Amino acid sequence: MAIISVHNLSKVYPVAIKEPGLAGTLRHFWQRRYHQIRAVQDVSFNIEAGEIVGFLGANGAGKTTTLKMLTGLIHPSGGQAQVAGHIPFQRKAAFLQKITLVMGQKQQLIWDLPAMDSLRINAAVYGLSDRALEQRVGELGEMLGLSGKLLQPVRKLSLGERMKAELLAALLHQPQILFLDEPTIGLDVNAQVSVREFLREYNQRYQATVLLTSHYMADITALCPRVLVIHQGSLIYDGSLEGLVDQFAPCREVKVELASPYPVAKLAAYGDVQAAEGRSARFLVPQEALTQTVGRILAELEVLDLAVTEPPIEQVIGQVLQGGTPR
Amino acid sequence: MKPHRIQQQTSDLSGRATLMGLQRARRIAHALLSVYYAYMVEYRAELVLWALSGSLPIILMGVWIQAAQTGQFALSPLEFARYFIAAFTVRQFSVVWVIWEFEREVVEGKLSFRLLQPLNPIWHHFASHFAERFARLPFAVFLIALFFGLYPQAFWLPSWENGVMALIITFLAFALRFLMQYTLAMFAFWTERATAIEQFSFLFYLFLSGLIAPLEVFPPAVRAIALWTPFPYLIHFPASLLVGLPVDLGRGLLVMLGWSILFWGLYRWLWRRGLRQYSGMGA
Repeated sequence: MAIISVHNLSKVYPVAIKEPGLAGTLRHFWQRRYHQIRAVQDVSFNIEAGEIVGFLGANGAGKTTTLKMLTGLIHPSGGQAQVAGHIPFQRKAAFLQKITLVMGQKQQLIWDLPAMDSLRINAAVYGLSDRALEQRVGELGEMLGLSGKLLQPVRKLSLGERMKAELLAALLHQPQILFLDEPTIGLDVNAQVSVREFLREYNQRYQATVLLTSHYMADITALCPRVLVIHQGSLIYDGSLEGLVDQFAPCREVKVELASPYPVAKLAAYGDVQAAEGRSARFLVPQEALTQTVGRILAELEVLDLAVTEPPIEQVIGQVLQGGTPR
Repeated sequence: MKPHRIQQQTSDLSGRATLMGLQRARRIAHALLSVYYAYMVEYRAELVLWALSGSLPIILMGVWIQAAQTGQFALSPLEFARYFIAAFTVRQFSVVWVIWEFEREVVEGKLSFRLLQPLNPIWHHFASHFAERFARLPFAVFLIALFFGLYPQAFWLPSWENGVMALIITFLAFALRFLMQYTLAMFAFWTERATAIEQFSFLFYLFLSGLIAPLEVFPPAVRAIALWTPFPYLIHFPASLLVGLPVDLGRGLLVMLGWSILFWGLYRWLWRRGLRQYSGMGA
């Protein structure tokens, strides 16, 4: 049975519209006009216990709104959601004990105090004994490489250390379900890698379910065998990462090394030219025309070397997020 | 199993659950108070300025002593001096700013982290205010001692009964003031500028609480009406007890209880509806 079950979930909210200038300001003061924004529209999906699922979408696509509904922070306008057998918005204590939400751009730790002080509050609120607190801080602190940092004021920590301390605070009560909203945002490459490693290890050790949004494709490709893609509030893809490439980019990349340079206009006859420099060129060729096109290239051009690959996943996802529909 | 044994076991279980609930509440209270106390004492200079910012009664004391020396008032200049230092003391320990905090948390989406935890956010806010009383205590005591050093003839010691009662009622006044402001803070879910409502209500607080003038100098009709509002019980009631002015203790406590129940009910009603409005902005 799915641990997260979402059926036709929608969220509509009003936004005040104001025209520029003094007249617009006065009109806005006396007679406010609202526009209904459909942030999430009829989204449905199921996630099984222990899965790590990537949640992709451009800014404003509806990812964070969906996460807020699944964590019970905001009330849906329509549809149903069940998380660990609970209706999120009821915010029952048993439900809140099972989940966590990490927001990469927000912090829960008290800025002026050491992280350990905030952890003490969290431990008391979640009903952990002093011994359990010590044990979990030791265990998670070691996994995150945070030893010795928890007694320093949060404001004195580096961004990476702060994010790790935020993760520790969010996972102290050992939640079954992790909602992670851009947990690696702003981190340097090393910190990103270590957060990713930690999430993988946490998932394996505790069989936790993870729903992760990130704009860093490396997070998605490293952690998520399955992805959900949301565009303008609607879910447009739910499946494997490889399937995403097949569905949204049914083409292959053809790289050629030529005996002499050719004009781009001539190369364009064989496919969508991605790059052409000197004697090297790179095309995107529709999958169904691949055999025929490769045959033509070999017959009509003087080719020294030729390679066919899948286009980079980052490029495909970028196109999907921009366009929203299969090409 | 016999019915009386089942009843006994059920009663044991419910007793154990209550005990565990109490232990959890004690642990939460201890963690919140100790951490928020640490937070409050982090900035010592700010605490001194906060304590000094509540000096309005000391300023007004000078005005009223001057007026009492030249006119006919219900209190003598010495009683005015004692009343205002008592009002200053009560104000020091009943000052509340939760509406500014709550509004910021709603507008910036920081309330989300509190909503994710199995503890009503009101306890975080209440604990931070309560812990601040202890942090400001030494500074408030220093200011009071300084006042008596400069004006020794105003010094007095309340009877221990009045002192204890004033302490309890100052705490109740703080709790009522907190509840009143927290209820108004709920409007942040709709207006995002709930502090404007507080600024308006502060006008009534200022005049009717006895912060600007003791109720004894009000016209009798105004005083009679004021005594049915919650405001005089926030400053005037505990301050009068501390000074030894006559007060109707039973009526005072009943009016405070009535307003507390009303504001608690209103707060719960607005909280439930407000959560449906919450959009977790910026988060």
